[in-house]
Amino acid sequence: MTPTILNDATAPAVQKEHASGSFDAVKVREDFPILTQRVHGKPLVYLDSAASTQKPRAVLDTMQRFYAEQYSNVHRGVHQLSQVATDLYEDARRTVQRFINAEREEEIIFVRGTTEAINLVAQTFGRRELGTGDEVVVSAMEHHANIVPWQMICQERGAVLRVIPMNDHGELDLDAYADLLGPRTKIVAVTHVSNALGSINPVREMIRIAHERDIPVLVDGAQSAQHLPIDVRQLDCDFFTLSGHKMYGPTGIGVLYGKKALLDRMPPYQGGGDMILSVTFEKTTYNEVPFKFEAGTPDIAGAIGFAAALTYLRSFDIHEILAHEKDVLQYATETLSGIDALRIVGTAEEKASVLSFTLCAIHPHDIGTILDQHGIAIRAGHHCAQPVMQRFGIPATARASFAMYNTREDVDRLAEGIEQVLEVFT
Amino acid sequence: MDEIRELYQEVILDHNKHPHNFRSMENADAVLEGFNPLCGDHYTFYLRFEDDAIAEVSFEGSGCAISKASASIMSAVLQGKSREEADVLFELFTGIVTGKLDPVEHLEKLGKLAAFAGVAEFPVRVKCATLPWHTMHGALHGSDSQISTE
Ligand SMILES: Cc1ncc(COP(=O)(O)O)c(C=O)c1O
Repeated sequence: MTPTILNDATAPAVQKEHASGSFDAVKVREDFPILTQRVHGKPLVYLDSAASTQKPRAVLDTMQRFYAEQYSNVHRGVHQLSQVATDLYEDARRTVQRFINAEREEEIIFVRGTTEAINLVAQTFGRRELGTGDEVVVSAMEHHANIVPWQMICQERGAVLRVIPMNDHGELDLDAYADLLGPRTKIVAVTHVSNALGSINPVREMIRIAHERDIPVLVDGAQSAQHLPIDVRQLDCDFFTLSGHKMYGPTGIGVLYGKKALLDRMPPYQGGGDMILSVTFEKTTYNEVPFKFEAGTPDIAGAIGFAAALTYLRSFDIHEILAHEKDVLQYATETLSGIDALRIVGTAEEKASVLSFTLCAIHPHDIGTILDQHGIAIRAGHHCAQPVMQRFGIPATARASFAMYNTREDVDRLAEGIEQVLEVFT
Repeated sequence: MDEIRELYQEVILDHNKHPHNFRSMENADAVLEGFNPLCGDHYTFYLRFEDDAIAEVSFEGSGCAISKASASIMSAVLQGKSREEADVLFELFTGIVTGKLDPVEHLEKLGKLAAFAGVAEFPVRVKCATLPWHTMHGALHGSDSQISTE
């Protein structure tokens, strides 16, 4: 297959344990214990992976084993277990480095997730670079996590937030974007994939445009790295963020990738242990990156579990996962388009794994409750993207989102569920 | 599906489709906003008093079927009630939808409000049903800020 949306990145070649030519989602489902559950007496149809993905046994087992057999704090002890734990934690960093093809392992900073990653950049890079009248550029389809941290620092520094508009399909206006960039623009922060609309933004092109004016770019990868191959060097992004829990990994762990030259210039984020070289009451010397940004005991088990998730993901050919997810999304789009009362919100040419919709005047919360009674888990609401809802003039949407373990059968169940919703309301 | 029918009773579906007193009010004595930030339900309630009784209740806004029907039925039920009677109904209604009171024991007082008994089986929807009532309660007890479910 030749996936057209791969203009942003290609995966580095690695040996694929599962690469047999045809991805088998039914077999993949066996790796996820939770998917055999029944909800309200019905087999679970989990269509809320954009909020958080379920976890494969490989992740659960790795974390269980770590706590049962390998656990200790990191970077501190001289004893055997501390060495084992430190090695596993630092191996996890290198696993992430390889996954996104970062040049150096120090460029991988473990954080709680995308939210913390963006706050870190806003509070360190932002505080240093932004002055009165300077500008931060975000897009009209950002998650609150890529709006509020910038608003906070802009307010503090007297800087201004500028917004790249989008069209009615949910595609960013690149001409308007280029026009927004000016001498006062200090950073562009844009999502790779929209969690509310599914749009895949042409971030590589956007980065190129920003770099022509020497403006650094942060890419919010919370919704992209589990679906698309990510190569931060090919993208040439300055910062990239990951949330482990959306990539089949545990909660509480994520990554900020940053180019080393930028990270070196940034002040620390939080103070504490591990981020220092020496402390006296008069003066503290900060540690090198990445430790400068990892104050305190990190989520060691989380990092190791996250690495297990990435190893699991890499045991497949990401292009095959992508092709499968595209097939399910396309099938869902066609199937749901056949329902008269249903309107799909977000119809960008390039989309990934998210299907937001409204159903005549039926409120998404009512849709969600009725689908839940049929064992179907979707998300209803504004998806932490209120400006997107305002842009489309709706209070909320119902959102089905897909992952590698979803199938066309899940879509059929969803369509049946929607018919039931319509039956209750007419 | 039975539980769904329990939740979405005909009365509730009717009021959702054709809400009563769904309009603004120019000469209102109290105006208060009710907001559920989790799902975006957002209503404005208007109250007009005559002597010490509630002469008229109306509302505007948008939200799910449960919250809209609750607002509609509340607006009808409260008409002509004293503040004390409104408080009693508030306690009764919130007791029923949170499952703390048994609707069977209060059928007479509940009247149309009994339609909301099914909400108790759906904990995440309790706030939808109570939002109008909490807002009204705030208006009666002198709150002049927006009432939020969170
Ligand atoms: C596009 C996007 N950005 C940021 C976030 C925030 O991620 P987290 O809650 O993992 O910090 C999310 C999560 O919903 C998201 O979808």
